[in-house]
Order: sequence, then C-alpha cells, then structure tokens
Amino acid sequence: MADPMKIRAAMSGDKVEVKILMSHEMETGQRKDAKGAAIPAHFIQTVSATHNGKVVLAAEWGPAVSKNPFLSFKFTGGKPGEKVSVTWVDNKGDKRTDEATIS
Amino acid sequence: MNSRRRQVLQGTGGMAVMGLAVAAGLFKPGSAWAQGAAWNKAAFDTRNMNDTVKALGGAGATESKDIVINSPDIAENGAVVPFTISSKLPKTQQIALLVEKNPNMLVANFSIPDGTEAGVTTRAKMGQTSNVVALVKADGKFYYTTKEVKVTLGGCGG
Amino acid sequence: MRKTWEKAARAALAAAALAATGVGAQQKSAIEEIERYRAALGDGNPAELWEARGDAIWKEKRGPKNASLEQCDLGLGPGIVRGAYTVLPKYFADTNKVEDLESRLVSCMVMLQGFTPEQAKKDPYGGPGKKVAMDALVAFVTSESRGLPMKVAGTHPKEVEAYDLGRQIFFHRGGPYDFSCATCHGVNNQRIRLQDLPNLLNPRDAKKAYTSWPAYRVSQGEVRSFQWRLLDCFRQQRFPELEFTSPASIALTMFLAKNSNGGTFDAPAIKR
Repeated sequence: MADPMKIRAAMSGDKVEVKILMSHEMETGQRKDAKGAAIPAHFIQTVSATHNGKVVLAAEWGPAVSKNPFLSFKFTGGKPGEKVSVTWVDNKGDKRTDEATIS
Repeated sequence: MNSRRRQVLQGTGGMAVMGLAVAAGLFKPGSAWAQGAAWNKAAFDTRNMNDTVKALGGAGATESKDIVINSPDIAENGAVVPFTISSKLPKTQQIALLVEKNPNMLVANFSIPDGTEAGVTTRAKMGQTSNVVALVKADGKFYYTTKEVKVTLGGCGG
Repeated sequence: MRKTWEKAARAALAAAALAATGVGAQQKSAIEEIERYRAALGDGNPAELWEARGDAIWKEKRGPKNASLEQCDLGLGPGIVRGAYTVLPKYFADTNKVEDLESRLVSCMVMLQGFTPEQAKKDPYGGPGKKVAMDALVAFVTSESRGLPMKVAGTHPKEVEAYDLGRQIFFHRGGPYDFSCATCHGVNNQRIRLQDLPNLLNPRDAKKAYTSWPAYRVSQGEVRSFQWRLLDCFRQQRFPELEFTSPASIALTMFLAKNSNGGTFDAPAIKR
C-alpha cells in the first residue's frame, strides 16, 4: 500500500494555504531497467482536494509530474480546526486518501 | 541516443493514429479512453499546444500577459523543476502546464473551482532545455504564456 | 603513470573551474538562477515522507524479539532522539565501539530487536521501487536534530583514534586516479560543472557540508544518508567499495563530523 501523504493546511491571511507531498514513483514508462526491459508507466492520474465536502482543487496529471510530487494552492472559506482531505488515484487503480486539520 | 530517437518517432506514429481517431470522433476525449473517471488521455498524448487545446475542448489560444510562470530560468536537474503558475484573468477555470520538448507535452491540468486562488505550485520533469507553456482556460476561452527554462546536467559530488 | 593521472585530473578540475568562473556577468546570473532553483525546492522537501515513515518504523515492533527501537540509546540515553545526531559518532560502552548513526541503528536492531547483524545491514539504501527501513530511520532521527549545533565530543581514546584514522583516510591517495578525498575537498573554490566543491579543511565549508546531509537527491528521488555520501565519494575516486558501517566509514565520518562542530544542523536537506 502507498505511504501516507504529508499534508499541511494553514491560514495565510483569509485564505487556507495547502501544501501536499505524495509518495509515488511517477514512472514515465519510457525508462529501461538494468536488463534493458521497459519499466511500465506508473503515475498518479487524478488528484482532488476537498473541504467541507466541496472540491477546492482537482487535477489531472501525466507521467511528467516529478517523482514524490509536491503540490501547493490556496482557497478561501476555510477556518482553523476544519479538515482538508486529499485523494489521488494512479494508472494502476491504486489510491490513497489523507487529511489534515487547518492550523 | 539513436534508440531513444527511434522510440520517440514510434511514439509519434502512435500519437498521430490516436489524434486521427479522436478527430474522427472514434474516441471522445476524457471519456471512453480515460482510466479514471476524469483523466483525459487524449490531452496527455498531445505533442503541440494547439492539439492540447483541442483535446481540452477549445479551438485556439491567445497569448496573455495576465498569466505568470514563476520558475528559475535554469534548473540544476531536470528531474525536478519547480513551477508556480498564476493567472489574473477573470473567471479562471483551468491552469495547465506544458513542456514543449517533453515526449508528451502536457504535464498537468488543474481545475480551479470558485473560491480557489488561480495559482498552483508543482514540479515537473524536463528532458532538456525547453519552452514551457502555461495554458489557462478563463470564461470559456484559452490563453497562454511561455518561458524558456534551461536544464543543466548535474556534476558528480554534491 | 601516477604523475600523468594527477596532471590530467588537475587540468580537468582547473578547466572546470575556469569554465564556471571565467565568463563574468552572464555566469554570475546563471549561478543566481541555480540558487533560486535550490531555494524553490526547499519548500516541500520529499524527505519529509521518509521522516514520517522512519518515525513509524522507530515505534513499530519488529524482529525476533518483537520490540520497537524506542529504547535505543543513540548517545544521549535510551529513547532520546532529539539532538542525538549532533553528538554522533560516539563511543558506546555496550558495543565497545565508536558508532555513527547508521552503525548504532544496526546495533540497536541487533540488541533490542534480535536481528542478526547481517539482517540489520542487509538493505542499507533504497532505490527505485525499493523502500528500506534504514534510510527512513536515518531521515527520522536526523530530522530530530534540525536547528541544533553540532557537538561531537571526540575525547574518548577510541574516538580520538577514529578521528586520527579518519584524517589519514581523508588524505590517503590511491586508486587508478591517484585521488584522495583532499584532491577535490581540500582546496578553496573548486568546482565540477556547476557544483561547488566544499573545502572540508576549511571550517566554514566543513560545517556547511556536514550539516546538509542526509539529503533528498532529486536526481535519484531518494533520501541519501551520510554513509551513502561516503560510499559515492569512494566510487567517484575509483576506490574499492566502502563497506556499509565499516570502521573506515565511521572513522571518516568522525573526522568530518567533529570538524563541523558549532555548525547548525539543517537536514535532511534537498539537493540536485
């Protein structure tokens, strides 16, 4: 199973700044292993962040997003103590959901 | 070097077929081919900006000074190149990052709901020095800006 | 033969230094941009993923004795992690050896968890698709020393012995290039392409270099420990492979760690 994400959500003025690190190989499918065999593509395809049940960011990614991806954005309407939840799904159907409390 | 080039060329052939298939209406971008509910395979297979815009449902894109790409001009390592893209265009709905010389151009496409700031920070792989494109959909229309980012090779040590 | 290699190596280094410094303003702005690149990566270091995993492994009951590492004495007493990395390497009476962090973790895995030394040392470094406990534990323990000054004692006779041996290794020339560590890291303002090479004999550089390892290497997508850093230096010198947690690796670490005393520990870092 995939490792947990590292999510930070903190007030920045009247906005919530969200910073997310995800543990993922983000393998492009274009590389070869030591024996010359192609390494199959394995990458996160969709990411969504929600707050109080509302989507605050949705993303589609290709294999050119860097390994162990980092993502940061800001949204309005959040308060300290509330939760931000993030879900990713990769091309093999693996998924992971984690949440953080706004500080 | 040669084998890589051959791979890329092969890739292009496949992509052209895919493009034709999409153009012919055989596959609707973002539906039948998507593995996840909302992964637009056709868009991630494109090799130039016009095709990307089309795969995202637009007709063409206009250059705009209201989009800003914030990144270093030189990346020490192409495996991780940091980008912040922000848009001052009213009603910004989507922000996409494209790298012209990558095997496939589209890196990421972000949907910006109401209440979310029109700016995202993420990191992309770059195979070599290239123009980078920030493509923004605002009020139903597409706009873009470009910037060159140089990629150096790392030395040994560190 | 020796002389030829040395000449060639010095010429290559000199050429690299010239290429990097001789072009004036344009080059200066390039270096500023590289600094911008490094700064941009600092916010959101994937090493945090290793730290979190290491924290969990530290508390996890593992091995034949089904015990956690929570009672491991890293140098400040059993169970004390905060600040421990700043006093390592250190002499430990229970093993009668000078140990660095990695070798001490191996000892704790053996003593507390009942692993054999072979089992504990089996997978020292992660790689593509391969996550190992060691580099996660290293990331976790070192992160608990961030912001604290280095204060390696180096006073016990065995510590003095290790330091002296480490210094000898630092200056020892060998291999097909007739290199020593000092060839690249004993001179000011040396550079390979855009990488500045710290002069580890200069206290300022010595502090800056030692306190920035372990690090997340973006080119490899892995957190690399100080043992790995030395292993790779040995590889680049074309020396025989440096054995994980060998006395030589610990001695060299002792030399470099003690020379960084007073520097503020600031790792796991992120590097190209």
